[in-house]
Amino acid sequence: MNYDRILIRYGEISTKGRNRTKFVEKLKRSAKRALTKFPNIIIETTRDRMYILLNGENGEGIIEKLKILPGIQSFSPVIKTSLDLEEVKEAALQLFLNNYKVGDTFKISTRRANKDYPLDTGQLNYALGSHILQNVPDLKVDVKNPTIDVQVEVRTEAVYLSIETIMGAGGMPIGSSGKAMLMLSGGIDSPVAGYMAMKRGVEIEAVHFFSPPFTSERSKQKVVELAEKLSLLNGGYFTLHIVPFTAIQQLIQKQIPENYTMTATRRMMLRITDEIRRKFEGLAIVTGESLGQVASQTLESMLAINDVTSTPILRPLITMDKSEIINIAKTIDTHHISIQPYEDCCTVFVPAAPKTKPKLEKVQYYESFVDFEQLIQEAVDKVETIQIKPDDDKKDQVFGELF
Amino acid sequence: MIYFDNSATTKPFPEVVDSFVKVSSEFFGNPSSIHRLGVEAESLLAQARKQIGELLQVNPREVYFTSGGTESNNLAIKGTALMYRNRGKHIITSAVEHASVREAFQQLKELGFRITVVPVDTEGRVSISDIEDAICHDTILVSIMHVNNEVGTIQPIKEIGNMLKGYSKILFHVDYVQGVGKVALDIQRYHIDLCSISAHKFHGLKGTGVLVVREGVQISPLFSGGNQEWKLRSGTENVAGAVSMAKALRLTLQSYKTKLSQISEVQSYLLKELQALEDIVIHTPSKGQAPHIINFSVKGFRGEVFVHALEEKGLIVSTTSACSSKKKAISHTLLAMNVSKEVAESAIRMSLSYENTLEEASKAVSIIQTTATELREVMH
Repeated sequence: MNYDRILIRYGEISTKGRNRTKFVEKLKRSAKRALTKFPNIIIETTRDRMYILLNGENGEGIIEKLKILPGIQSFSPVIKTSLDLEEVKEAALQLFLNNYKVGDTFKISTRRANKDYPLDTGQLNYALGSHILQNVPDLKVDVKNPTIDVQVEVRTEAVYLSIETIMGAGGMPIGSSGKAMLMLSGGIDSPVAGYMAMKRGVEIEAVHFFSPPFTSERSKQKVVELAEKLSLLNGGYFTLHIVPFTAIQQLIQKQIPENYTMTATRRMMLRITDEIRRKFEGLAIVTGESLGQVASQTLESMLAINDVTSTPILRPLITMDKSEIINIAKTIDTHHISIQPYEDCCTVFVPAAPKTKPKLEKVQYYESFVDFEQLIQEAVDKVETIQIKPDDDKKDQVFGELF
Repeated sequence: MIYFDNSATTKPFPEVVDSFVKVSSEFFGNPSSIHRLGVEAESLLAQARKQIGELLQVNPREVYFTSGGTESNNLAIKGTALMYRNRGKHIITSAVEHASVREAFQQLKELGFRITVVPVDTEGRVSISDIEDAICHDTILVSIMHVNNEVGTIQPIKEIGNMLKGYSKILFHVDYVQGVGKVALDIQRYHIDLCSISAHKFHGLKGTGVLVVREGVQISPLFSGGNQEWKLRSGTENVAGAVSMAKALRLTLQSYKTKLSQISEVQSYLLKELQALEDIVIHTPSKGQAPHIINFSVKGFRGEVFVHALEEKGLIVSTTSACSSKKKAISHTLLAMNVSKEVAESAIRMSLSYENTLEEASKAVSIIQTTATELREVMH
């Protein structure tokens, strides 16, 4: 039994008053981008619903893509039949059998928008329900708490049947909240922070600090893989800025007392990220900080680090527990990438006893003896910007004829 | 030469060999190494996994590389048994499985597992109710092949999967080695937990295969070592093999789309023409069979005699499955289908690829016909 359309229910968009049309447009654009692999689909939008007409495209593949798209509350694959009762009965049965396993109970929920239809709601429920009951042995109806709810919507042009309601990612369509730079380390937290900001409609570009030879090609590869995962929320497109950071880190090691190197390093990273943000016209910076998780994430540290900029810093994970963060990382499929054991620039130079309560005046004082300005500008100028695109284009470029 | 023994193995596509050579010589790094060569090798492996996942319509994370069908089957069956031996000690299979499944079951039997071997009907097909009747409170695995390697019967995998989805403690393994590229199988929708394929059956290279393990399903590894393949299959990855397998699968599935009618036509031609010959019994069912296998007996001659006689005239076929044909064993499948021992001893298997043509088929028929006549003259 093939579905011929997918009905999409908007998330918070529908409460957004006058901006609604703009949000719906963003979602449509997002969906279109995510579904470029399916050229025959047609996307129709109405005030409170969006429909994807499959036109013979693979429904399962489309469902997988939609599940992660921000701005969708839930969606249902739908079958369209004519108004002919026999056809409706048969379609309902087939749909039911596709989802049925022994022990399930069911009910029929009919909505009859077409008031001219010869059968009323109760009669339709009865006709379809009894047809299924006759064809499935030992099946029971349970109108209060069914395992399978066959939803039937009778309209003037056709009848639409669906069973599954698949939960979407929620949130708002990407781009509806402006752009921000994500500080992406390679650990478990920062991709999750990026995901949460994207879910809230923020368009994200990531900034990663790379310190060869102290950090390996592998750790960079890992970050590219994480960026690829995040790109899936945005139809496969994502921008990643790689900052050459070795010189600055070496200078910090040389010039700053050991227990303050971590604080100074974070301050430099934030300054550079802020420069990149300005260059690419972002409005905020997103980090994966979670309060008290490590030395750099105490309130004292944040005060000392945050001092370098007045740009809003979004910390979506700030009050979350590690276990909650890990759960999200697993859902968005970044956890197994993050836990690969490659050094990143934060773990290489970690001092034996970093200050958990650094003092702002002290770090300012230590930094005042060193001129970082020029190195910062150089780092920003030498940023390598990687544009991640949907897989299909990429595959041909890289190893081409091998596959 | 007419090569009609594609179920034993296929000739690798030249493009596949090229990929293998190129990856072996230019990207020889160990995927676990941390330098650039290692990174390249790993990303090739990842891309192979992704392509195979997409082609089989499963998540790439569900694709585990192995050395082939036999290893995949052993890993699926013994890995399940090892993992869940405290949950239950009963496992179910059919009477027509490949030796790597059959013997794995025998080995587990010796280790204290109870095994049920469900019978097949005269077409070589299992019945779903037989399987369901065999299920006990401590059943942990059902292993049923998709396409039988000797006669080509397609098993009702969809229905078995649907039935088994009501039993959450039982894993479902499908040996898809003969079916892949010839008969579609919806691994996800049919509720298959473990699924084996082997590259050399679809113009890939020997020594490469895949076990698909559905996400969330855990089985025990059989090899101890460096914990490659998410700890399920230790041993340095065969990157060149994996890449060339990904290519072979892509090319084969392309043929599946464009040449399925051609191979089916060749098969029906052979079935029809052979049926018309004297003293020939066809074992391949005419409905619900894979499009590439034709199994028949020429009454009165042992299979191997006929195979050798055909080979002299340039037609390459086999007796039963390649694995058992050297051992003079009588086909398990045919005996299970209630074919008499005498007729089963005469069995011949022809197996096609998308490369075979009607012209070859018509030559083959006339070779079979003359050979039968000549041999009969000698015997009388």
